[in-house]
Amino acid sequence: MSSSQAAEPHGGGGEPNHAVRFAVLWVVVTVIALPVVIFVIGPLLGPGNGSEQSGAQGTDYTVLATVATPVLTLVVLYLLYAVTFFRQPKGAALEGPAIRGDARVQTTWIIITSLLVLGLAAFGTVRLETNYGSGSGSGPSPLTVPKGPKLPVQVIAQQWLFTYRYPTYGGVETRQLYLPKGEMVELHVTSIDVIHSFWAYKLGVKADANPGVDNVAFVRPTKLMSFGVRCAELCGVWHGYMYNNENRVVTPAAFLAWIHAQQKRLAPATKVLPPYAKTYIPEPSRRGE
Amino acid sequence: MSLLAKKVLGVSLATALVGALIGLYVAAWATSQPPTIVATSAPPSSGGDRLTLMTVPAIGPKYSPTHPDWVSYLIRKNGKWVHSTIYTVPANSIIHVTIYQYDSPTGLRNPYLSQVQGTIGGTMTVDGKTVNSIPPEETSHTFVIPELGVFIPLPGVSEEAKNPCEFAPCEGADTRTVTFSFYSGKKGRYHWQCFVPCAAGFINGLGGPMQTVGYMDGFLNVV
Repeated sequence: MSSSQAAEPHGGGGEPNHAVRFAVLWVVVTVIALPVVIFVIGPLLGPGNGSEQSGAQGTDYTVLATVATPVLTLVVLYLLYAVTFFRQPKGAALEGPAIRGDARVQTTWIIITSLLVLGLAAFGTVRLETNYGSGSGSGPSPLTVPKGPKLPVQVIAQQWLFTYRYPTYGGVETRQLYLPKGEMVELHVTSIDVIHSFWAYKLGVKADANPGVDNVAFVRPTKLMSFGVRCAELCGVWHGYMYNNENRVVTPAAFLAWIHAQQKRLAPATKVLPPYAKTYIPEPSRRGE
Repeated sequence: MSLLAKKVLGVSLATALVGALIGLYVAAWATSQPPTIVATSAPPSSGGDRLTLMTVPAIGPKYSPTHPDWVSYLIRKNGKWVHSTIYTVPANSIIHVTIYQYDSPTGLRNPYLSQVQGTIGGTMTVDGKTVNSIPPEETSHTFVIPELGVFIPLPGVSEEAKNPCEFAPCEGADTRTVTFSFYSGKKGRYHWQCFVPCAAGFINGLGGPMQTVGYMDGFLNVV
């Protein structure tokens, strides 16, 4: 290939039709990549199937990855294609041809990217609200609330410990979070000192724990398992130790046995707890007050 | 070498030297920690190992010239009180702990922590009396190892005490004596801390000595 030919990559002088060739290459690679993304990479992306919410998050990640795949292959393939076929010959130092604005290309590009972004925004909004916040904290008044019975559990964060209150079981407060499989749980996340974040990865739940705020998140566990909880907001020097891996999703019968045992064991503490409330502004706020 | 080159070289070397010194200072500060104290063997009659601790309202200039007014824990080693909160105990053993508590009450933000948990029998003794909880408002400090589930509330010395301690060492002053035993379990490095907002002068009472190893928090090395 002569240097003059290299300077005209879009045909002419015996050059192949790069546009057609690249389009075919892109379609072929994308068609191969899509099943790999959907069926191999997709299941590895999400937090798993520990709850309806985490399972839905996995589906959403797969959709996002699927939509992003043609874009990714387009960019990466074009880069490789250009490096391979439009490489300047050794020793030559020629400017490439000037590229002027192309209204057709620009319009097509703007329309496609706008459709992609707006479509994903609509998809995300619908998924978020039809899945009751999708495991995220939705503030004190969630836009959508699941119908039917719900188990309320309060998450209380403090430097540097999470504890859990079960208002329908005498307001008992525990160090571990036990949840019954298959039941909708209404988590009320709050803090009694600084900003924390309640993160139960395998349940697909992440909700800010702010002092004076009742942040509601919904989750329906679907799998018997143990799961970890950790703080996801830098909250002080011992933030890294604000975790507990002794939490479990158990059968409804096992949950009842556990909660009744906790009510009995923790009776002395329950007796002196303040009445259950959505938030707490406890005293003392510091020494001497 | 031109004058300009010499100047550039000189400034570069001086900058590198100052940078290195600052780096060394920061590294030394960031990695400094109190000495690790190994638990002593308990009498054969009780078995296990023993930790003897003290909580004081102020560490005093003898132990901490930089922060003499900070509240702190101390540990007894070979009959002397040592300013450290990093302790080593054997794995799968019974650890007997005695805490001499010399500070006045502050109160708990979360009364849940007023119940004794994770000890053998689920109880502790306060001045010889066995209890499973204390009034949350009478709590002065806590000794809590979250990962091991050990929660110990420590009652405060009365505000009307005739002989309160001002700063460490507090031996001879009015005290509350707390004893308990717990099972150390598997090997690991466990964080422990006080949950009472006892750091006077800091936001939420949880800064300063509450966030500095050697005062109201530390590690339990189970080996």
